[in-house]
Amino acid sequence: MLNTVLGTLSSGVAASTSSYESIASATGTGSSGTITFSSIPQTYASLQLRWQALSTPAYVLLNVNGAVPNYLHYLYGSGSAVGANGAANFGYLIVNEETSTTYPYVGITDFIDYASTTKNKTIRNFSGKDSNSSSSEIMLSSYLINSTTAITSISVIAVTQNWATTTQVSLYGIKGA
Amino acid sequence: MPATYEKIATTTLGSAAASITFSSISSAYTDLRLVLVAQSTTGGSAIANARLTYNSDTATNYSRTSITGDGSSALSNQGTNQAFIGLAQANLSSAQPTLLTYDIFSYAGSTFKTTLITTSQDYNGSGVVERLVGLYRSTTAISTIKIESTLNTYAIGTIATLYGILKA
Repeated sequence: MLNTVLGTLSSGVAASTSSYESIASATGTGSSGTITFSSIPQTYASLQLRWQALSTPAYVLLNVNGAVPNYLHYLYGSGSAVGANGAANFGYLIVNEETSTTYPYVGITDFIDYASTTKNKTIRNFSGKDSNSSSSEIMLSSYLINSTTAITSISVIAVTQNWATTTQVSLYGIKGA
Repeated sequence: MPATYEKIATTTLGSAAASITFSSISSAYTDLRLVLVAQSTTGGSAIANARLTYNSDTATNYSRTSITGDGSSALSNQGTNQAFIGLAQANLSSAQPTLLTYDIFSYAGSTFKTTLITTSQDYNGSGVVERLVGLYRSTTAISTIKIESTLNTYAIGTIATLYGILKA
């Protein structure tokens, strides 16, 4: 296994056998546009969200501890042009294209040092949708949460729409040394 | 019960080969991740060097959108109705390895299949960083993955590892 930690602690207690653990997962219900992971354990070095989003066209919003991140900077490609921009109080995981009920919009979102109570929080995201047409996008983005409060809650929101039942969002914890 | 992040299979080429295939992939995971460290025997073109197909399907059911930086400029392009998911600009080298990762989401689900791809290479004066999103317009579970070079072969020492990622 990739993440197997070999060896034992000096006390003779067996070390953890996994450094990449599944914390929780959720699927869309068709009647709600919000998927929230709350009471997130504070025992990992970082978190990773893997998501496949499908819905009636909607932008996808990231909320952390009940609020949008304070800043966002992103680089995107539309298939014909590249662009970069930034914004304050802007937590979108998709900036130009919307979701679809047919073509999955997917992403991997990392929350670095999320449990720290002394540092602001940095989030990075890699996401994209291809629809075999010009309605496609690939995006790299980073977010700043200007707060030293530990992250205990993460929501992925389909703005004004409901998540299709084929939507899948999974939260993983990555252990430190 | 599979582990959360588990190695399914690894192929290390002991002789040059034009393709690497993983077949009979279990549907027990949520996502798949393929990590490829590749060198080409003679170098070549991006479009020919790493053609990704699923389930031995060579119909025009694939498309991809990419963003690429080559050290001097950035561009985004797209391929629709393709017979494979190919790279946009990254040419494999015979001298230096290129790192490619493929994250295949909900590969056993009932939706079309979307894959996030990263390509990273630096050739000390040239090179490309590339990010792609690829679409496979099929609702059939993916059980076979093939990476193929149609121009030349992958060199000895090229490594491909397939992982399964499981949700809670």
